[in-house]
Amino acid sequence: MGWGRTAPTASDLRRPTSAIELRRALPTASARGLLARGLGRSYGDAAQNSGGTVIETTDVDAFTIHESVPGSSTVLVTAEAGASIDRMLHALVPQGLFVPVTPGTRYVTVGGAIAADIHGKNHHRKGSWCEHLESLRLQLADGSVVEVGPDRDPDLFWATAGGMGLTGVILEATIRCPRIGSSRLLVDTDRAPDLDSVLELMSSGDHAYDYSVAWIDLMATGRSMGRSVLTRGRFATAEEAAPKTGRNTFAYKAGVIANTPPFIPPGLLNKLSIRAFNELWFRKAPAERRDELQTIPTFFHPLDMVGGWNRIYGPGGFLQWQFVIPFGTEAALTQIIGELSKAGCTSFLAVLKSFGEGNPAPLSFPAAGWTLALDIPTGVPGLGPLLDHLDDLVAEAGGRIYLAKDSRMRAELVGTMYPRLDEWRAVRDRVDPNRVFQSDLARRLAL
Amino acid sequence: MRDALGAVQSVLVLGGNSEIAISITERLVDRRCRTVVLAVRDPLSPITATTADTLRGRGATTVEAIAFDALASESHSDVIAQAFDRFGDFDLVISAFGVLGDQETFNNDPTAAAIAASTNFVGAVSSSLAVASRLRAQGHGVLMVITSVAGVRARADNFVYGSTKAGLDAFAQGLGDSLVDSGARVVVVRPGFVHTRMTEGMKPAPFAATSDKIADAVVAGFGKGREIIWAPPILAIVFGLLRHLPRSLWRKVSAR
Ligand SMILES: Cc1cc2nc3c(=O)[nH]c(=O)nc-3n(C[C@H](O)[C@H](O)[C@H](O)COP(=O)(O)OP(=O)(O)OC[C@H]3O[C@@H](n4cnc5c(N)ncnc54)[C@H](O)[C@@H]3O)c2cc1C
Repeated sequence: MGWGRTAPTASDLRRPTSAIELRRALPTASARGLLARGLGRSYGDAAQNSGGTVIETTDVDAFTIHESVPGSSTVLVTAEAGASIDRMLHALVPQGLFVPVTPGTRYVTVGGAIAADIHGKNHHRKGSWCEHLESLRLQLADGSVVEVGPDRDPDLFWATAGGMGLTGVILEATIRCPRIGSSRLLVDTDRAPDLDSVLELMSSGDHAYDYSVAWIDLMATGRSMGRSVLTRGRFATAEEAAPKTGRNTFAYKAGVIANTPPFIPPGLLNKLSIRAFNELWFRKAPAERRDELQTIPTFFHPLDMVGGWNRIYGPGGFLQWQFVIPFGTEAALTQIIGELSKAGCTSFLAVLKSFGEGNPAPLSFPAAGWTLALDIPTGVPGLGPLLDHLDDLVAEAGGRIYLAKDSRMRAELVGTMYPRLDEWRAVRDRVDPNRVFQSDLARRLAL
Repeated sequence: MRDALGAVQSVLVLGGNSEIAISITERLVDRRCRTVVLAVRDPLSPITATTADTLRGRGATTVEAIAFDALASESHSDVIAQAFDRFGDFDLVISAFGVLGDQETFNNDPTAAAIAASTNFVGAVSSSLAVASRLRAQGHGVLMVITSVAGVRARADNFVYGSTKAGLDAFAQGLGDSLVDSGARVVVVRPGFVHTRMTEGMKPAPFAATSDKIADAVVAGFGKGREIIWAPPILAIVFGLLRHLPRSLWRKVSAR
């Protein structure tokens, strides 16, 4: 099942332990097709293939850090598909390196990062994951293995970027990893009393920061609607970080400090408890703070400190709704946030960010504009019709929903939200005419 | 595929003239169900044509009727296999056929009682098993079996019907347990007294409801992933109590 634990299905699960075993899995695919899966951090049904074969890649996880080239600001890393950002960071950071893009969790694999073309807090500056690839190796439906990149069969490369596993099994990729000055970030925090002020802060100031994201309280209504805490920063230099790191400039420790208890009473999270949490969290944030030193886990992966947190939503599970709409459609953004607040949609802090330009991948999610992501427990009454209505507003504004997080959008809207869908289909049909690669997401959305 | 909020895209209704099943299906079509297959005794009947038109009007794009005879158990595997082969995955199969019959008549005509039992129980057993095997193969999907509160405790004035539903209810629960980890699930729906053609002219029992009300409760419970849905939900409490009444008292309460 997906991270939201909502629509589990059954399949024949294989867990190859070597690259050779991984490649041998394909010819044994069942009639209902095959799908590669990483750490299962997509929220909905993207990494499920009901009644078919699913290959979990997480044991095929070797990676090599190449020699650095003098004068280059990046170092190449070749990683097998199942390598996680978590494991890579443990090796990279002590050598003064980082991943080009990290999502809000480090428990994602290289394969999953490519298939969803993931983005992070630096999208406005650095774009998404696949823009930092030299090349990738892909096993196609006929069993052959090809190496593709932005300069080698670019159509197939970009169809695989954000292609949700439907063009082939990603075996390996070579990634350009940036150098960092230390393992600490220099972070500025600003508290914004309402939506307009946070949008204004981001529009006017994001360009000065490598990383930027706002946490927005969607349960606040009236004049505080859209109140947010904006955190922005960059990696500190060795000297700047010294007060915290001493001479150990690249010290990196990341782990799980608490686990979610095995039994969660249903309804633990309700309107009152979430509202109280959001209130407390907003009040405790400083109105304005400059140059605070933060660790990588605190700045990038705060949720990873609690193991299995996705279970706190109880047996009903939860979903994540994430969209992007173009700059210039702020009226739609305000309307959507207003409707969410009015519906009292029980949501922990949602995340608001401004994206930079998109890339050539037809199914890549990010595009210049505002993106908002929020978790919602599935038990909220009237949630289905509400989100359908909001999807329509997103589509009308020229925006789209993130497939890696979707678990409920209508198939009819995919073509509107991803106008280059047919281009992507043409490439998919070229390399997989018999639809060997299948997923529940692909079935649900008729990709 | 069923989505995170319980909306489905394709439904097969066994007993496609059942008013409860139609009301449920209408709601699913309103959400985003696009394929509906009605399995009925006579696919060309006017009543089925009307249902199909209504469903199309509400947004379904593929609505088809196929021939299905509950009493012809030996045909069930084929009929069901053909439906899955022709229309692809079904996210939901509603088993809704059944006859109520009249206890007076059954008392004087044991053969008629046996036929009712064959329809309600035997036919549901063979068709449900055929459905379960296809759902298991596709690795997802829900079989919704409509039983009745009449099966929770048998009553002097409809115990043939009640006992077929009791058997069906037990069968469906066991089938559901056998499907754990297969991706497929069984949902048991226990309606109370429903105002339909089937109950026309009868004296309504307490908590009687329209099939629309029943369908609302079913769709809500289904969305929440319930395994047993009482419709209306209050009946869970009512029958929680009635189930434990001493028999002498139950006879008085249930006599009408
Ligand atoms: C707490 C949390 C925070 C998140 N934050 C962000 C964020 O900030 N930005 C963002 O972009 N995303 C974010 N995500 C989503 C996540 O980054 C993506 O869903 C990512 O794809 C998960 O990687 P995975 O290894 O778990 O892949 P899975 O969930 O296992 O699979 C995702 C997709 O990748 C495909 N896939 C996996 N491996 C391969 C392979 N070897 N070959 C071909 N296809 C493959 C699968 O078929 C599937 O379609 C977040 C998720 C969580 C749970």
